[in-house]
Amino acid sequence: MSSTVYVAGVGVISAIGNNVAENLAAFEQEHAGMGDITLVNSIHRGVLPVAEVKLNNVALAELAGISSKLSRTKMLSLIAAREAINDAAIDNFGELRTGFVSANTVGGMDKSEDFFVPFVEDNNKGKLRNVFDHECGAMTEVVADELGITDYMTTISTACSSSANAIFYGARLIKNNLLDVVIAGGADALAKFTLNGFNTLMILDKEYCKPFDDNREGLNLGEGAGYVVLVSEKVAKTLGKPMYCKLSGYNNSNDAYHQTASSPDGTGSYLAMKGALAKAGLQPWDIDYINLHGTGTPNNDSAEGTAIKRLFEPHYPKMSSTKSFTGHTLGASGGVEAVYSVLAIKHGLIYPNLRFKTQMEELPFKPETHYLKDQKINHVLSNSFGFGGNCTSLIFSAV
Amino acid sequence: MKIYIRSAASISAQKTFGDVPFLTDPVEYTGTRLKVIEPDYKEYIDPKQIRRMSHIIKMGVAAAHNCLAQANVAMPGAIITGTAYGCLEDTVTFLTRIIELEEEMLPPTAFIQSTHNTVAAQIALLLKCHNYNNTFVHKGISFESALLDATMLLKEQEVDDILVGGCDEMTDASFTILSRLGLYKRWPLSNLELLSTKSNGSIGAEGTAFFLLTSKPSADNMAELLATRTFYKPKTIHDTDKRIFAFLADNDLSIDDIDLVITGRNGDLKNDAIYDELNNSIFSSSAIANFKHLSGEYPTVSSFALWLAANIIKRGTMPAIVAENEIKNTAPKKILVYNHYQNNYHSLMLIAAC
Repeated sequence: MSSTVYVAGVGVISAIGNNVAENLAAFEQEHAGMGDITLVNSIHRGVLPVAEVKLNNVALAELAGISSKLSRTKMLSLIAAREAINDAAIDNFGELRTGFVSANTVGGMDKSEDFFVPFVEDNNKGKLRNVFDHECGAMTEVVADELGITDYMTTISTACSSSANAIFYGARLIKNNLLDVVIAGGADALAKFTLNGFNTLMILDKEYCKPFDDNREGLNLGEGAGYVVLVSEKVAKTLGKPMYCKLSGYNNSNDAYHQTASSPDGTGSYLAMKGALAKAGLQPWDIDYINLHGTGTPNNDSAEGTAIKRLFEPHYPKMSSTKSFTGHTLGASGGVEAVYSVLAIKHGLIYPNLRFKTQMEELPFKPETHYLKDQKINHVLSNSFGFGGNCTSLIFSAV
Repeated sequence: MKIYIRSAASISAQKTFGDVPFLTDPVEYTGTRLKVIEPDYKEYIDPKQIRRMSHIIKMGVAAAHNCLAQANVAMPGAIITGTAYGCLEDTVTFLTRIIELEEEMLPPTAFIQSTHNTVAAQIALLLKCHNYNNTFVHKGISFESALLDATMLLKEQEVDDILVGGCDEMTDASFTILSRLGLYKRWPLSNLELLSTKSNGSIGAEGTAFFLLTSKPSADNMAELLATRTFYKPKTIHDTDKRIFAFLADNDLSIDDIDLVITGRNGDLKNDAIYDELNNSIFSSSAIANFKHLSGEYPTVSSFALWLAANIIKRGTMPAIVAENEIKNTAPKKILVYNHYQNNYHSLMLIAAC
């Protein structure tokens, strides 16, 4: 049960690139992915910025190698998961016990939105092909089928912490000796549903978001997918190449404060980070970089910052919110940011927190604003917090 | 390490919730949609909060509350739910408003409560429970995934007293859509005759069942959960057969050791063909029980089957209404629950007397 789980491959697609190399280049060039809405047909077009993956459904489907009639979430998921598997390059993949644990928040909502317009008028109308595969699990299933993963699959949905939970559930499947290899992470495409949902909560910034800035006004929604390939110690030994890192710590705690708002002192965030450190057997000062949840909403950043202050004072590691590049990719964010965390260790990188100007009044620290390379990074903490008080922290450690 | 079911609570189309006789008086419906028998939610939830809660949240919270009360556990070590469709009522409400109000002046409440983790989150919120909290949303193995998570947590020996449940709600919209997709029969019928109608489709339903799992032995435990497993898209019926056999063998059992097999027969020709074949092979000499004529069909209905199995073992009696063939041993000590979801997802749960 105490066996180590390694990261053998990574894959990501986001508003700043369709693969790992493009994402890394965008960080170095400090090139954010936000812009006007071009793909979702919404009255908020031209008003609310979003971070879209820069391919329409036809182009994205071509890249994924599946039908453009399917949900965009499936395409994003397949592209990133396939990149991760190819990156891991496990020769005897077919002989191992393999699993796919994916996450998303609204399933095939982009297609269901099309279905519902005629359906609301007349319940006998609406094309069934737009709704038959609405469930969250359907996103996972189509990708597992494409990748030839049959031993185990499941889907997790805990709002914005979904794919962080998928990653550590995957690791536990390996630790419990049920599987040898798990591709874990998550995907979410932009949808009118989530865009309007977050808009009703009045937490969307009309400008590009400013995480952890005293004058932050909200988040920008994004879309994407991110996956890590987790392997057992035994598989890692057979791969004949260095592993990216190991997943050394994880914790899922609940804020139990409010359905959507975080508690002022960030109880859930604090417990998640503290629990992940304990699991990894690390002290706060061992952490070299925190990939913040950092949505840019006044409430999240204040709660997360307060929790960090309580846990880390006075040893504040470098930290940043990569949502300043990708927007908030919701159910994908934990997966996307896990990939960034793994790459931070592998390449010695700290990503800049874009558009940061003014330190938050209540916090004695501020995020890193410069792209830093050649850093010695042993331990990265990645935070993912969601509606329903679902708070999850992961720790990746160099090997 | 042994895993026990300390308590179980089910809200279903039958009289299963609270201190009731054990399915001695099955409720008959005519139609293709079964709604749950609603408990008096005021006994479990503050009336001020009830008004804001959708159906699935009320069901889930009440069942969870009752399950914890039965187990005499105030604070669970983890809360894990499985739901294939999630909070459909709020999702459909918000989606409809987006269309009707053309994205303007939308009230946020339906969106806030539409996320799939709302039931688990509301349970945590009402208990002020900061512990592990997870939600699985994978079609016909949503509950099984939650159950696997719970058993792993116990084996990892970091927490105990795990609250795990399955829940799905049926709304008018989802019933209409799923009917159009051909999941249900085309004409009204009695649920009690569901299993003898050899035609396409089943009866749609909803429901919830929660369980308190513990590693602590106690005379109060209902049953032992020996093992669970799922498998995906078996190539042939022989493959299914082999996997069930292997599951039993991995638990040092053969089919002759199983006193009762509870199967997921649902009245749909194609669905039931699998069970027919298994009844001629691996289950040919087994005592068989069914439950979907009582519960109806929904993706997390295996949680109802586990509630049934745990109660059969705890009470040492078997309701006559569930028996498929002649049952010689009416107080089974070992039960295998086998359900499949559209022949894609197959699930096995093995339950034994403590």
